[in-house]
Amino acid sequence: MAENFAQHSNISAADLDRLTREAQAEATPSTARIIWNEFKADRPALISLFVVVGFILFVMVGALFIDTPKMMETNIVNYFNRPLTAGFPLGADAGGRSILLELIVGSRNSIGIALGLTVISSTFGICWGLISGYFSGYVDWGMQRVYDFMMMLPMTMMIIVLVTIIPHYNAVTLTLIFSIFYWEGTSRLIRSRTLAESGKDYAAASLTSGTNRWKIIFRDIMPNISSLIIVDTTLSFAENIGVETGLSYLGFGLPSQTPSLGTMIANANDPNNITQYWWTWLPAALEIIILCLAISYIGQVLRRAADASQRQGTAD
Amino acid sequence: MWKTILRRLLIMIPEVIILSILVFLLAKAMPGDPFTGSINPKADPEQIHHLMKLNGLYDPWYQQYWHWVVHLFHGNLGNSYQYQEPVSRLIAGRAGNTLWLALFTMILTYAMALPMGVFAGRHEGQLPDTVIRVYTYVTYCIPFFVILVIGIWVFGYILGWFPTTGSISPNANGWAQTIGSHLTHILLPGLLGALFGTVNIVQYLRSEVIDAKHSDYVRTAQSKGVPSKDIYRHHIFRNSLLPIAAFAGYSITGLLNGSIFTETVFSYPGMGLLFVNSIIYRDYTVITALVLIYGILNLLGTLLSDIILSLVDPRIRID
Repeated sequence: MAENFAQHSNISAADLDRLTREAQAEATPSTARIIWNEFKADRPALISLFVVVGFILFVMVGALFIDTPKMMETNIVNYFNRPLTAGFPLGADAGGRSILLELIVGSRNSIGIALGLTVISSTFGICWGLISGYFSGYVDWGMQRVYDFMMMLPMTMMIIVLVTIIPHYNAVTLTLIFSIFYWEGTSRLIRSRTLAESGKDYAAASLTSGTNRWKIIFRDIMPNISSLIIVDTTLSFAENIGVETGLSYLGFGLPSQTPSLGTMIANANDPNNITQYWWTWLPAALEIIILCLAISYIGQVLRRAADASQRQGTAD
Repeated sequence: MWKTILRRLLIMIPEVIILSILVFLLAKAMPGDPFTGSINPKADPEQIHHLMKLNGLYDPWYQQYWHWVVHLFHGNLGNSYQYQEPVSRLIAGRAGNTLWLALFTMILTYAMALPMGVFAGRHEGQLPDTVIRVYTYVTYCIPFFVILVIGIWVFGYILGWFPTTGSISPNANGWAQTIGSHLTHILLPGLLGALFGTVNIVQYLRSEVIDAKHSDYVRTAQSKGVPSKDIYRHHIFRNSLLPIAAFAGYSITGLLNGSIFTETVFSYPGMGLLFVNSIIYRDYTVITALVLIYGILNLLGTLLSDIILSLVDPRIRID
């Protein structure tokens, strides 16, 4: 194109180069650039981002070096060792197991399930919302009735019932069961935005010029609501940490020999543990609180980045 | 108006039917038969066989389902195998506790959320608004069960201000003490539930107030010289009251879902704790009944909210 242009105009190559650079500088910065500027403008957000990413990497890598079956062996000698004793920086539980090691493996399991759940349920919710919002009429009506029905189900109860039915479940089946019940919020949000987008001129023009409907949905509309998708996915990740840990706390999530932040907090169910041996459950509880706050804070920053009128970061 | 309500009611019928079939099939799929545990392990297999047959456990599922539905309409939810008493009586004994706690939590939630929402909107962008926004952000993010555990640890065990188990103290005599003891038992779970359940109402009310502040009718009232306290109380607040009331229906769903956690943490004998115990003992008549009741309560809550909203906003009505 550049050669074509040079042939038919008398602008020199140097000028063209300069003009192109100027135009690029004036153009809207890329999404990644905007988000990064937003983080740079907000120091707590930057700290949250490093804490969350660093922590997730740490437990994912750290858990690789821990021999879980060996760690879960009971050793009565170390029964309720206090924190800061030799070999037990955070103490030990009733089985003499190191709380620190359990915390690392438990975080890996809980965060892993939350990540898996977020990926599956968000993907499903986004597709559901896009399709339901774009094909209005009977398709939308039917999909909305399914949505209504899912919203009516007592979620926690249904998950517990399903978990008891499945005989040999593991982290993967658990994630799938949770995913059945956690896509509705996303789908509702995406649907309402898709409804608005599909009424716009570009969608209509694309349809008139003969573009396939599916291509319009996933190639035209989806990129246009991508910022909403990023924000929603981050916020549901924070929420999903509470889903698995909550169920594991009740005793219907990961089995008790697989450590999870939830099963660790379940130590508090024993009135003796809750006061006398507080170190068996409090670290896990605090970790969940900090993680959820930090991830949601990142979500808030992303939301600001998505809305030009709220941005605090300045383009450099 | 009536058309909307009628249509909502008609949609409810298939929903309830599908829910009941789903619940029934799930209960059937649960491992173990209802006689596990209640029968001597040395019992004659022939006798167990006979019992199963007598209770219709060998019939095809749709027949069993039909029997179950017929019984349901007679108010017969079956017998609990764990407690050896009719499920309807068992649940009736527990439902009161759960509903009282839910009602108490909801009243506290509104009592805290309404002033906070108006206050935040009135002082938009100032310190009180920032404080309330940080509060709603924190309470929104943290999983509720973690708060319950930390709450019972701090206020129940360390400080000893509140009882940590049950719904009533065994020493309570007379009606005054009974009511007082009930109240102290639901105070901590109710307060925690309310403190962490205000987000939606506060945020909605805040944005309503901010919108109303710049509207013509408020400016008219201001120029007429109405004191700003009266403007907030009589004009703005009253206008947002109905949509706020609509939240009550939706919050039933949240409170019921939360009751499973609240009642487990506080060993509070309501339907949530009954559900958890029934799961452990595979008491599937109780499980089926509870899932069905919770589903129907959710449905009624949404119905209530939808009706209130269609009263408020004519655009939602179907004509």
